[in-house]
Amino acid sequence: MTKEDIMKPENLVYQKPRLMNDNSMHYCPGCSHGVVHKLIAEVIDEMGLTEKAIGISPVGCAVFMYNYLDIDCQEAAHGRAPALASAIKRLWPDRLVFTYQGDGDLACIGTAESIHALNRGENITIIFINNAIYGMTGGQMAPTTLLGMKTATCPYGRIPEIHGYPLKMTEIAATLQGTCYVTRQSVQNVASIRKAKKAIRKAFECSMQQKGSSLVEIVSTCSSGWKMTPEKANKWMEENMFPFYPLGDLKDTTDIK
Amino acid sequence: MAEEVVLMKGNEAIAHTAIRIGVDGYFGYPITPQSEVLETLAEQKPWETTGMVVLQAESEVAAINMVYGGAGTGKMVMTSSSSPGVSLKQEGISYIAGAELPCLIVNVMRGGPGLGTIQPSQADYFQTTKGGGHGDYHLIALAPASVQEMADFVDLGFQLAFKYRNPAIILADGVIGQMMEKVVLPAPRPRRTEEEIIAQCPWAATGRKGRKPNVITSLELDPSIMEQRNIHLQQKYAEIQEKECRYEELCCEDAEYLIVAFGSCARISQKAMEHAREEGIKVGLFRPITLWPFPSKALKERASQVKGILTVELNSGQMIEDVRLAVNCQIPVEHFGRLGGIVPDPDEVIEAIKEKLIK
Repeated sequence: MTKEDIMKPENLVYQKPRLMNDNSMHYCPGCSHGVVHKLIAEVIDEMGLTEKAIGISPVGCAVFMYNYLDIDCQEAAHGRAPALASAIKRLWPDRLVFTYQGDGDLACIGTAESIHALNRGENITIIFINNAIYGMTGGQMAPTTLLGMKTATCPYGRIPEIHGYPLKMTEIAATLQGTCYVTRQSVQNVASIRKAKKAIRKAFECSMQQKGSSLVEIVSTCSSGWKMTPEKANKWMEENMFPFYPLGDLKDTTDIK
Repeated sequence: MAEEVVLMKGNEAIAHTAIRIGVDGYFGYPITPQSEVLETLAEQKPWETTGMVVLQAESEVAAINMVYGGAGTGKMVMTSSSSPGVSLKQEGISYIAGAELPCLIVNVMRGGPGLGTIQPSQADYFQTTKGGGHGDYHLIALAPASVQEMADFVDLGFQLAFKYRNPAIILADGVIGQMMEKVVLPAPRPRRTEEEIIAQCPWAATGRKGRKPNVITSLELDPSIMEQRNIHLQQKYAEIQEKECRYEELCCEDAEYLIVAFGSCARISQKAMEHAREEGIKVGLFRPITLWPFPSKALKERASQVKGILTVELNSGQMIEDVRLAVNCQIPVEHFGRLGGIVPDPDEVIEAIKEKLIK
């Protein structure tokens, strides 16, 4: 059997998403961003929304999302992505409008914009990457940093008396009347990646069918910020992050399967 | 429907004009003395007629970022606020200028600093013309002196904003926002269609139909590229300075003394000028309409014939710096202003001319 025989279209089992380009990613080895980008690219393509998608990238590691996804994008100021997305979706109701935000962006500096966009029931999707640390600025404490977890700005561990408690924004989002679909997922293995993709697709469908706001949290790793190998980071996430940020749907008022 | 003559507040004129000229979206947050803009829009319900989006945001910060988002898609979008609220908008304004997007901002100024007062002021001149947010950028700043100009400058502001892909600002003061005058509202025209927007704004992030992806951003980590972007911005600003200076001169031909004033102070100064002329003092009024670009060249020419200039401002002396730069300090330039929300009467202006210039 020759190489040409093997590479026939009918033998194709996997390919790079068409909406991901060949630019080298700046993400660190083991980072969850690349996987989530891939899922977004696949879902947009599969839903036939390439010409209707407008993505809002945040301040943080994912600010360069627009360098890797071949869709129209706008870069927001830190925390303000849901405000941009609210306006864009209202002005272009037939477009797929989503934000892609880290924990610092969504749960700290942009808490107000996030909660109010979700509570207005804007027909947008928020993809929320929660790795419990500020990645781009070099590993400082995030609003979602776990108690006891060490970062550059809580080098002796997060202590509630000094730093307060980690914020569960997704639980808050589930209590808001404007949200229709709120879920927490992860992407550390094949099974979880499949589930996360399904969640992203459902959220995008909610947005396109104008059912209200959707929030998809992805509990993620930051091996550089956590100072762990990718393998150890995954294990640490399962043992420490999942008990505090349990996976699964927190709210689903839709009839989308 | 055609043009319509009505009696209304400056703030209301802004709202009605926005609907009539086909603005796509307004995003705002209540603050005195400009809340009538959002209130009027809410009452008029343009989403049922023209399809205009009107949204009360959770903060001024969110409102300007909604404008940033909408502007990135090529829509005609605007916000309005008053001084403390406009301070909050500065981050977003800097991003909009950096990403070179068209939009309209309205500041109906009140006295500061801090929470200050709800009474009129012109103390945001520096903020508006010298930056406000971070980075090397300029806003096209229009200063209305009447309710008619409040209406007219909505249209003019958008025209200039789209011509240069640069945010424009109407810098009004509480007097102009709150006072009622006769105003001719423009004949209604429809909002642009989706096809028209995409044709007019090929750079906009509207969904990549039939083209490569568009990205709206002000970010560039390579300093050599970032420098080129800044040079491009400066070239644009130079072109705006060359082509878009606007001003009005009243009784300047034989003037021996010149008042330079904008907004409500120009109205007060016009009355002062008339009274001074009755007393035999030959005063002229030079009114900058664009505060940036400042009409320096025209002012310099006019200044060559006068013995002195008095700037009249509702602040402690801000525009006076641009006036002094324009005349290169070759004649006396003095300032008269009231602070903290006090509006002077024309007699105070005449006294200031006598005291500070004639002596």
